[in-house]
Amino acid sequence: MSEGVHILVIDDEVQIRRFLRISLEASGYHVIEAVTGGEGITRSAQHRPDIIILDLGLPDMDGLEVLRRLREWTATPVIILSVRDDDQGKVAALDTGADDYLTKPFSTDELLARIRVAIRHTQSEAQEPLFRCGDLTVDLARRLVTLRGETVKLTPTEYALLRLMIQHTGKVLTHQQILRAVWGPEYVHETHYLRVYFAQLRQKLEDNPALPKMLITEPGVGYRLVVE
Amino acid sequence: MSENRPDPDALLAAIQDQEQRQRRGKLKVFFGMAAGVGKTYAMLDAAHMRKAEGVNVVVGYVETHNRAETESLLDRLEIIPRQKVEYRGTTLEEMDLDAILQRKPELVLVDELAHTNVPGVRHPKRYQDVVEILEAGINVYTTINVQHFESRADTVRQITGITVHETVPDSIIDLADEIELIDLSPEDLRKRLAEGKVYVPEKVETAANNFFRVGNLTALREMALRLTAERVDHQLQNYMQIKRIAGPWKSGERLLVAVGPSPFSEQLIRWTRRMAYNLEADWLAVYVETSGMLTPEQRVTLTHNLELARDLGAEVVTTAGDDIPATLLNVARQRNAAQIVMGKPVHSPLRDALRGGSPVDKVVRASGSIDVFVVTGNPTTTRPPLFNLDTRQTSNPTQYGIALTAVGAVTLGHLIISDIVSYELLGLIYLMAVLLIAVYLGRGPAVLAAATSALAWNFLFIEPRFTFEISRAQDLLLLLLFFFIALFAGNLTARIRTQERQARHNAERNMALYTLAHETASAVDMDAVLRSAVAQIGRIFNGDVAILLAKDDALSQTPHPSSTLTMDERELGAAQWAFENGRTAGRHTDTLPAASGRYLPLRTSAGSVGILGLRLREDERLTFDQEALLETFTNQVALVIEREMLDQAAEQATMLRESERLYTALLNSISHELRTPIATISGAASGLLNLATASDSSNRAALAQDILTAAERLNRLVENLLDMSRLESGRLMLKREWCDVCDLLGAAVQRMGIALGERRLQIDCPPDLPLVQMDFVLIEQVIVNLLDNIRNYTPTTTQVDLDARVIEGNLRVRAMDDGPGIPNEEIERIFDKFHRVPGTPTGGTGLGLSISRGLVEAHGGTLKAENRTPHGACFVIQLPLGAAPPPVKEAAL
Repeated sequence: MSEGVHILVIDDEVQIRRFLRISLEASGYHVIEAVTGGEGITRSAQHRPDIIILDLGLPDMDGLEVLRRLREWTATPVIILSVRDDDQGKVAALDTGADDYLTKPFSTDELLARIRVAIRHTQSEAQEPLFRCGDLTVDLARRLVTLRGETVKLTPTEYALLRLMIQHTGKVLTHQQILRAVWGPEYVHETHYLRVYFAQLRQKLEDNPALPKMLITEPGVGYRLVVE
Repeated sequence: MSENRPDPDALLAAIQDQEQRQRRGKLKVFFGMAAGVGKTYAMLDAAHMRKAEGVNVVVGYVETHNRAETESLLDRLEIIPRQKVEYRGTTLEEMDLDAILQRKPELVLVDELAHTNVPGVRHPKRYQDVVEILEAGINVYTTINVQHFESRADTVRQITGITVHETVPDSIIDLADEIELIDLSPEDLRKRLAEGKVYVPEKVETAANNFFRVGNLTALREMALRLTAERVDHQLQNYMQIKRIAGPWKSGERLLVAVGPSPFSEQLIRWTRRMAYNLEADWLAVYVETSGMLTPEQRVTLTHNLELARDLGAEVVTTAGDDIPATLLNVARQRNAAQIVMGKPVHSPLRDALRGGSPVDKVVRASGSIDVFVVTGNPTTTRPPLFNLDTRQTSNPTQYGIALTAVGAVTLGHLIISDIVSYELLGLIYLMAVLLIAVYLGRGPAVLAAATSALAWNFLFIEPRFTFEISRAQDLLLLLLFFFIALFAGNLTARIRTQERQARHNAERNMALYTLAHETASAVDMDAVLRSAVAQIGRIFNGDVAILLAKDDALSQTPHPSSTLTMDERELGAAQWAFENGRTAGRHTDTLPAASGRYLPLRTSAGSVGILGLRLREDERLTFDQEALLETFTNQVALVIEREMLDQAAEQATMLRESERLYTALLNSISHELRTPIATISGAASGLLNLATASDSSNRAALAQDILTAAERLNRLVENLLDMSRLESGRLMLKREWCDVCDLLGAAVQRMGIALGERRLQIDCPPDLPLVQMDFVLIEQVIVNLLDNIRNYTPTTTQVDLDARVIEGNLRVRAMDDGPGIPNEEIERIFDKFHRVPGTPTGGTGLGLSISRGLVEAHGGTLKAENRTPHGACFVIQLPLGAAPPPVKEAAL
């Protein structure tokens, strides 16, 4: 799957770039490096990478600005690298069009998992009509949700939420993105809707709703549907 | 005090002066009696010697007057190009001060110290340029003739009949470290003149017959020699003082010169300065302000006189009082002045007799032990104005016209009613009119009205009417009485009126000062004070005001928002200069007078803290009085700024102490926490680099795992420190939103993940728990910290429980273990920063619990620890629930 996949790493720290290069090349990816935001934009235009890993803290320009300029002309998946305290930066980046984020420090496994998700989203053009995760099956064509063979009754809002999360399996969606997609743009600040509906979904779908395995909360950012 | 012992103050002053001189560049003055004695030549000659010694010499400005021998000396010296200044259509050359300061040589040559610069360059006078060069630490050689010294200008005029316009204050001589007198006998000088070595031939004849007469030259030579001798004497005294050689010490005498709004005062001031210099005495210039008003011209003269006195080194004192002699003597006694200098009276003896003697007579009579010098003035400059007997107040011709018209009108009215009313009553009405005129038009018009109405009354109404004759002795007496009463009352009324005006003026001034002082004392912040100061100063002086504050020793280029004066490049330049040099600059000053505003440095004990700029709406010179007031205002504003700065500094010092204490604790406590993971990482990494160790795959995996664990530990420490500093700095911003508590607990456990190891974990969270408003990320952090704490201090087999309930309007969240629990005496102290229960394993940062409590308290809640029975610890979070969560809507699909 990683055959011929080019990854552009935009980070000013030489150690981070080296560690990423070693890890990614070991997994069979081709790595292109850029030290500054400006160089990153040029490189992405030259090499047309499949995935871009972008550090938010760059010396020459704001990472968010780099992202904005990239999004003007390319839909290449962008994974943001950020620090823990910068929830607002992460949310802003995701809302600007980043596909995912990683909080420093992160492990190679986490990084590779995120890259796989990103690749899957670029490659699978058409949505699979059938979603499976553990005991849960969702037939998107027939709007049918079954858990261990039994039909689960979901309200239309619950179903809309679930379908949205399935469509972006593995990706983090911000509160705003979810609210906008399901309720509409005038509801983007009503995060408590999400608290209530995700709790309900977990009650209906998770084995242990207190420790969800599928519908994961990303504190301060949003939610993510994780498939084992 | 014994006379032959050095006065400590004088000694200190001498040493300070010495120190100042060491920082400043050295000034050497080549000094002569007249042009052509060879000053420039001597200066250039000396410069060549310095250059040969390896000194970096440049020529700032040298005028050769086309003298060949002088020009040849210029050849091998570096010359700073002169700057070109446009003035009224012609281009003139001046010394380029900025180029010299930028070039920063060791020695610069500046010819003709007394030169007056073209308007438009920074200083009006060249000697001011020289002072600035010296202050930049550059040595200066310069030249000057004796007639250019301010204190000698009068004498030179008396001897030669030539008024010298280009003068320098005598204090410049005090500034000089070395003086070289270039002496030449008058005969030799005249010979040089005749040989064409001084002036071009066509000018020689006139020069030889005028200025260069032998008599003139001899007198000038004597002055030059005397000045040099005085100076040498001075130096000797100074030397003895510094070296503590006993000798005739500074007399401690003090001279007082009475200064008034008369041009004659200038001569008095010069005379006193010369005397004071020779006596080595301090001197005071005293102006006694009376209730009378000064004409604008007088005010200008007075200001000029007082400025001159200050320039010449006097301490200027202004004081108020209508009895000038008594006030002068008062000041003299208070300030311990042993000698008073006054001008010889120029009024008519008759007037003095009427007033009970001239002021000089009165002073002499009451002076007691004080000596009084009476100095004669030059008659041409001292003649008082003829028409105005009393110059205290002047009225303009219109006012006299109005007075006459009023008298005419009253007379017309009288003609109408004269048949019904007795002529005595008419006299009283006239008197009334005179009084009113005195009130509204002043003394002069009142006198005129008194005279004309007396005449009219006599001519038209006193029997026999329509003649100036008076038949009855009683009427004559009546008329005389009328005239004197009118004159006297008119005078009195006018005087009261002036005094009232003066009093109002004073009251206004005092009020302004009081208001400023009051507001500065009570204002909460500096902005309020500055706003008030700008408003007050603007109102009192009728002008626009700007305040520029300094930050980190640099003057801000944007005026404080309260400022009403807008500043362009030129104004900012003047303000900048004033700030850098700590002296007033701008309009009506010696520096950058082309600016429209006047810029005063806000001086404090710590140096300038900013600039106050004032532009008068009507461009007039400030009187001495106003200047003093402005100075007071400026000081007041500076004081406030200084107070504010001290407050800030004190606050900073407290913060610094506090953070220092924290850092000491931090260093003590966490150096261990930092070193352990670092040691692990470097040890494991070097193990991986070692071929023997790394060849075994299980070794490799173990070492890598160690690195990972240690790095995570370091990361946790860094995060804790960051959280702590955010909490401590008060910059923590809560992002309150409606949170699902169960979700939050789950997220925290998820984050802890494998770190909890084998410990069993149970979450007890009822699904019907309401949403609670809090910062999700921070409370999640609290739970993570509590779990982390449990993990650090319990065995791996421990059961961990989390539960959440609503109890009595509070959300209660508990994190519990069944480990060994906390020693009872430690239960509160574990929340202290860097506190560790003795005998417990290391691994935590000593910050986690402290941070957690801080975060919960920021939410208005509490965090406590308790012990469980039979054993185990329990952390209890209580958060107020507040309002019920808003309703939730189904999506419209």
